[in-house]
Amino acid sequence: MNLLMIIRVAFRALVRNKMRAALTMLGIIIGVSAVIAMVSIGQGASASVQAQIESIGTNLLFVSAGAQNVGGVRSGTQDTGNQNLTVDDLDAIKREVPSVSMVTPSVNARSQLVAGNMNWNTNVTGVSEQYPDIRKWPVANGSFFTDADVRTAARVIVIGQTLADNLYPGTDPIGQDLRVMNLPFRVVGVLAAKGQDQQGRDQDDVAFAPFTTVQKKLLGRDRVQIAYVSAITQDATYTAQSQITELLRQRHKLSANEPSDFTVRNMTDVAEAANETSKTMTILLACIAGVSLLVGGIGIMNIMLVSVTERTREIGIRMAIGARSSAVRSQFLIESIVLSLTGGAIGIVLGVVLSLAIPRFLGWPTLVSTMAIVGSVLFSAAVGIFFGYYPARKAASLDPIEALRYE
Amino acid sequence: MSTTFAVEPQELQPGVALATPVPEARPVIQLDHIHKTYTMGDVEVHALRGVSLTINEGEFVAIMGASGSGKSTTMNILGCLDRPTRGTYILDGEDVSEMSKDERADIRCQKIGFVFQGFNLLSRTSALENVELPMLYLGVDAATRHERAIEALAAVGLAGREQNHPNQLSGGQQQRVAVARSLVNHPALILADEPTGNLDSRTSVEVMEIFQRLNRERGITLVLVTHEKDIAEYADRVIVFKDGKIKSDHRVEHPRNAAEELKNLPVIDDDDEEE
Repeated sequence: MNLLMIIRVAFRALVRNKMRAALTMLGIIIGVSAVIAMVSIGQGASASVQAQIESIGTNLLFVSAGAQNVGGVRSGTQDTGNQNLTVDDLDAIKREVPSVSMVTPSVNARSQLVAGNMNWNTNVTGVSEQYPDIRKWPVANGSFFTDADVRTAARVIVIGQTLADNLYPGTDPIGQDLRVMNLPFRVVGVLAAKGQDQQGRDQDDVAFAPFTTVQKKLLGRDRVQIAYVSAITQDATYTAQSQITELLRQRHKLSANEPSDFTVRNMTDVAEAANETSKTMTILLACIAGVSLLVGGIGIMNIMLVSVTERTREIGIRMAIGARSSAVRSQFLIESIVLSLTGGAIGIVLGVVLSLAIPRFLGWPTLVSTMAIVGSVLFSAAVGIFFGYYPARKAASLDPIEALRYE
Repeated sequence: MSTTFAVEPQELQPGVALATPVPEARPVIQLDHIHKTYTMGDVEVHALRGVSLTINEGEFVAIMGASGSGKSTTMNILGCLDRPTRGTYILDGEDVSEMSKDERADIRCQKIGFVFQGFNLLSRTSALENVELPMLYLGVDAATRHERAIEALAAVGLAGREQNHPNQLSGGQQQRVAVARSLVNHPALILADEPTGNLDSRTSVEVMEIFQRLNRERGITLVLVTHEKDIAEYADRVIVFKDGKIKSDHRVEHPRNAAEELKNLPVIDDDDEEE
């Protein structure tokens, strides 16, 4: 008796008892759809974190003044309040570190901005002309300020979309006047809208001016709090990190056992940490859903065991008219595999539908993962074989004489 | 008394013509000193104590005996559902007494047709599919299966009932489906275990008529287990068991003729009269 015949026999047996088959499948359907939906949520979160980081730029490095807090202990020389990062340091990095392509300082001045009869309070950030390239943030309207503007500390300003909307409603802000702390600036560009970040902060509520202007005209000091450095490639970020550290330690004349008075951080590290977090979350969700899949599998075993007892007479008949034990075993095994695979297929459809519905109704991003689908199919087949084997063996081991006499 | 019984050449029964005369009697069943012992707890039960028996091709044999006489055990051994503890059993030229479970399953599939007291049809399964089942296990292709099942159902007078499920058929009709099922693989032997036990007397005669017809027209070897004397009288030979041994083995001089009796019986219900 070939496999096709046995599959037919198994199908007929299942079709004969549709209600029981449907209830058995329910466990697997819920399990598989839960796994797919949970993994989709996890992957969606992961992807959105990834996209966020990508939008900042993965070959980005942060150089900040002051040492890192290690284990809550403040170390280093910044205790005096000195900010040890200078524009000269940044120029040196740009000049001497080959794996670095672009550098911009970032100095913030919280300011009141006035345009005509409108006013707005925001951070005016002093940066170099390379800032849009480093942060991969294009200018939507007008242009960013230039190298010459930085050198001459020109009073030019580039604003974010939120400022453009609030200070110049209905008009083109390019070429308009903007007073920052009572100093007149000229708006030269509007940055492309970015929307909210993950914490819900408005990323378009910003204004950028040449760092020279901010340092001299708004802050009155020339220290740099933080600088963004762009490595030539993502792979070069680690090289850049160590080369910058070495260079700055040299320039700051630190001996080998002195801690650094600055911090160089690597965006790739940040990205990996975030990735790690969302991966853990995905695994956790999948595990919880996996438990329901396991429970579904046990449900199949339960029903199959009951089914073997209930169909003892049928098994006796089949054996009496010439079914080998192996044919009976295969029949029951295939019945359980068919149940779990059909349940799995329905579960996949339901899981994908759920994954597509979740962003719409709960607002969480989801990403349907092929891995989760393939995984659930394999898992449900495995569940069918594993939990079907024992009942199938029990059926095959029945004695035809006893089975025929069973009432 | 437990010696091999030589069987006389087949005699023509009065009024019933043999379709194909049997030139020389060929043994289908040869039991030689069969013993069967069951162990129940620590008590040994000797169900069969040395049974020897030969049944030739084309014979219609009834096995009788009280319960505990060993007739059911003999039936199980004849049907290759069980193995003898001692002794040899040659079925259709093959020694089946030492065969494994799987080999016996194959033998049952190819050489034996079963008809049970409780009909033992698969529920929620059409008559046609029930009859197709033994061919499924033999690996017969779908078209042949279908064709042979329809033919077998027609032979037992159930043409047109192919799609009925057992719960839509009367007891007699269900038993006829079972007979059709036992026929389809062209077995060397049909074993009927109390086939009329659950049937009323008219339906019993109908089923016996089918058995007699299959035996006379197709030369099918039939072994019928029953405890009813009047049912055994339809057979050509009656073997009586007692205490695990054969008590008597004799030919029936004038077996009852079911077809004749049916003509004289009043038709009660019945929507299934045969042509």
